[in-house]
Order: sequence, then C-alpha cells, then structure tokens
Amino acid sequence: MTRFSALVEVMLRPGIADPQGTTIERALPALGFERISGVRSGKSFRFEVEAADEEAARQEVDELCRRFLTNPVIEDSNVTLELA
Amino acid sequence: MAVRVGVVMFPGSNCEHDVAEAVESLGGEPSIVWHGDNSVGPVDAVVLPGGFAHGDYLRPGAIARFSPIMRAVEAFAANGGPVVGICNGFQVLTEARLLPGALQKNRGLTFLCEMAEIRVVTDRTALTAGVAPGTRLRIPINHFEGNYTCDPETLDLLRDENRIVFRYVVNPNGSVGDIAGICNAAGNVVGLMPHPERASDELLGSADGQRLLGSLLASAGASMQTAGAAR
Repeated sequence: MTRFSALVEVMLRPGIADPQGTTIERALPALGFERISGVRSGKSFRFEVEAADEEAARQEVDELCRRFLTNPVIEDSNVTLELA
Repeated sequence: MAVRVGVVMFPGSNCEHDVAEAVESLGGEPSIVWHGDNSVGPVDAVVLPGGFAHGDYLRPGAIARFSPIMRAVEAFAANGGPVVGICNGFQVLTEARLLPGALQKNRGLTFLCEMAEIRVVTDRTALTAGVAPGTRLRIPINHFEGNYTCDPETLDLLRDENRIVFRYVVNPNGSVGDIAGICNAAGNVVGLMPHPERASDELLGSADGQRLLGSLLASAGASMQTAGAAR
C-alpha cells in the first residue's frame, strides 16, 4: 500500500450563486485592486489516503467527492494527489 | 385518537419545539425524535424541522442525511407515510435524495428573515390536501440557502408530474420557477422553505400556517383510519 496526500478543491458550478465571491469582488476597487474580476470562492480539503496505487487512490477520493464532499447538483471538485 | 407527529431533532435543529407546539395547538400529538435513534416510533407523520443540523457544516443537510434516523425516515417515506421537511429539513431531504435538486445561496447575497406570500399549486400532498390550488398564504421565510435549483430536465419533470407544491408570489431568493416547495413522485414527501409553524397564530402576524399543518393532521388522520379499517 502507498500513502498519498490528497487536495480536494470544491467549487460552485458555473451559474450557481456565490454571494461570498461576489461580495469579495465588490470590495476590491475600494482597496485599489481595479483589474481583478471573476472572483469565485470555494473550499478545500487536505487529507491522506492509503491505496494500492495512484489510480486506486483517485477512485477512492472521487467516490468520496461524489457521495459526501460535493453536492453534484451545485458543486464540482478537483482532486490533486501526490506521494505522502 | 390524536394524530401522532414525529418531529426529528438533529444537533443544531432549532424549530422542533415550535413545530411540536403548533401540532399540539391543532389537536395533534407531537413527539420529539432524536437523530441518533433508529426508529421514528409509532407516528402517523414525520416533520424534519428548521435550524442548522450539525451546524450546517460542509453544506446544509450534508451530514444530517447520514444520521441514523434518516434510514427510518426513508423507510417511513417508502411505506407511503407523510414526511414534511421545513427549511433546513427541506435541505436535508434534497441531500438525502428523497427530493431532487438543491438549495443554493440566495440570489440577493443576504440572509432573509421576512414574511413571504406563497401560492398553493397543488392539493395532492398531505400538507395541502385541505387547501385549494391558487390559495395565497402568508408564511415567513428564514434562510440563506433557500434558492431552489435543479437541471432543466428535472424542472420539466416537476412541472409535468404536478410536483411543484408552492410558488412565491414575489420571488425573494431567485429560486427557479419561483419554487418555494416541491414533493416526490408519490406526493408523500414534501419540502418547503417557508415555516408554517411560525404562522400558527395571528399574534405572530399570520395564522395561515395552521391551514397547512391542519391539513397534514387531517390527511394523516384519514389514512390512519383507512389503515385501521383494513385491519
């Protein structure tokens, strides 16, 4: 078995309301950030997973995303794995 | 015999006593059911109340759907028993996939706590059986994630199968199709964002919620008698 570190980034799907991202973007001009746009907020999770190989680890984490870490109706996830 | 209503309490629920009080004032017999229990007990209807189950951590309803009681609620629903999810309870029902779609954050970027006017679309559910379609009711809302969304195919399905139960007269949160509440294909599982239990007395600004909860009690009582006659 090999131990991997996983980083899961969960983002709201395009078109889904993101009040936090919108509010942050609205605050930017007052701080002098005039050229930043398209702010979207999300959340990230870091954890370790033990699996036979990277493919097996990815399957496990994808399943975790599908069943728990995201609501597929409104959210997408992006998984990054590296050797722990 | 009084109609028995099980009101599920998750850690972080905060409307369970309001629901129980409203049910009792209408002659029903409420019982608070702990989320860690494996049975809803001998009840004729189940209500998942509002609040912040499990702190709304991860997403509203995301962790509550794995509470032991949810297996019993699913079995009760599969058996045709009336289940009503109010606000956070509606969010739990969508996360548990007992109802389609999801509740996203309000379009206007703010938490909403105000009176809402809703229109009853169908009387096919236990909650609306005693209220004529088209009836307008004043029931308060109190939510951040109340903006109902689903893919276009699901929305068509909800329309075609007469599963949109309530629509807002003036859309407060951006929900698709002005949807305030929906039901499952069988019609026995209903989720709605407005709080009928908070409109259970004119002193609270409206007693319109009594018409919905009264309907739930009458319907659950009627099916109880039918079941009794069949025995």
